[in-house]
Amino acid sequence: MKIATEFGQGKLVIKLHGEIDHHAARGLIENICSDIDKCLPNVCILDMKDVGFMDSSGIAVLVKAYKRMKELGGELKVLNLSNQSRRVLEMSGLEKIICMEGKKK
Amino acid sequence: MNTVNYIKIEFPSKSSNESLARSVAACFAAQLDPTLDELGDIKTAVSEAVTNSIVHAYPDVIGKISLRGRIFDDNTLEIVVQDWGRGIEDVAKAMEPMFTTGGFERSGMGFTIMESFMDKLKVKSSLGKGTTVTMRRRLSYRAGSIK
Ligand SMILES: Nc1ncnc2c1ncn2[C@@H]1O[C@H](COP(=O)(O)OP(=O)(O)OP(=O)(O)O)[C@@H](O)[C@H]1O
Ligand SMILES: [Mg+2]
Repeated sequence: MKIATEFGQGKLVIKLHGEIDHHAARGLIENICSDIDKCLPNVCILDMKDVGFMDSSGIAVLVKAYKRMKELGGELKVLNLSNQSRRVLEMSGLEKIICMEGKKK
Repeated sequence: MNTVNYIKIEFPSKSSNESLARSVAACFAAQLDPTLDELGDIKTAVSEAVTNSIVHAYPDVIGKISLRGRIFDDNTLEIVVQDWGRGIEDVAKAMEPMFTTGGFERSGMGFTIMESFMDKLKVKSSLGKGTTVTMRRRLSYRAGSIK
């Protein structure tokens, strides 16, 4: 799992690359939270364009990032979910709380 | 229903084997000419079952996990994930949405996902002996495919 981060004008964009499973999740949570804590953004955008796979471990990752942004009074957005990832997220009901944009279908 | 093909692999409960297991299952399922969405569903369900064995069955040790697959002549795929770990005390309760013993890193959605992404899910478990998860999914026949 690789991530690339860009920050400017209160906006933190984190591009995720790879597959989000239990193996990748713990390191990913740490990376995302440390980026958030470093930048203290108003908006955090997770770009999932290059995420080829996500299972329930990814739900916990998004929940953690969502909670951290909420504590900061900010917002979490999730971009470019694949069909597969979106189906997993929909099971959790998370798509009702987290703002998801750029749906592929 | 006749078995057309089968596979069996065994691996230790290391988290690096999660992606291996779902890739093997996807390669095997590819013989049924699945759609991308069907393939995504199968990979997800396998990932959930194998992750459960890694996380819950063997929390502090490395144990053995077996992944078996069968293809039946009615275009059905069967996947069986078995471990010889801790076992589940109350299977019905464990299968409820949001039920987890795994703390904040888990969401309690694994069984719910397996159940809705596959057509059939059967969980057999005995405390201290291990857990066997059997899942089946019948794949669509697609125009132009040779079966
Ligand atoms: N192979 C197993 N061995 C022992 N216990 C298991 C096994 N599989 C599941 N369980 C128990 O059943 C519970 C529910 O499993 P489920 O996959 O639905 O959720 P989870 O693993 O806790 O969270 P998630 O899958 O969303 O990350 C687990 O918390 C665990 O207590
Ligand atoms: Mg699980």
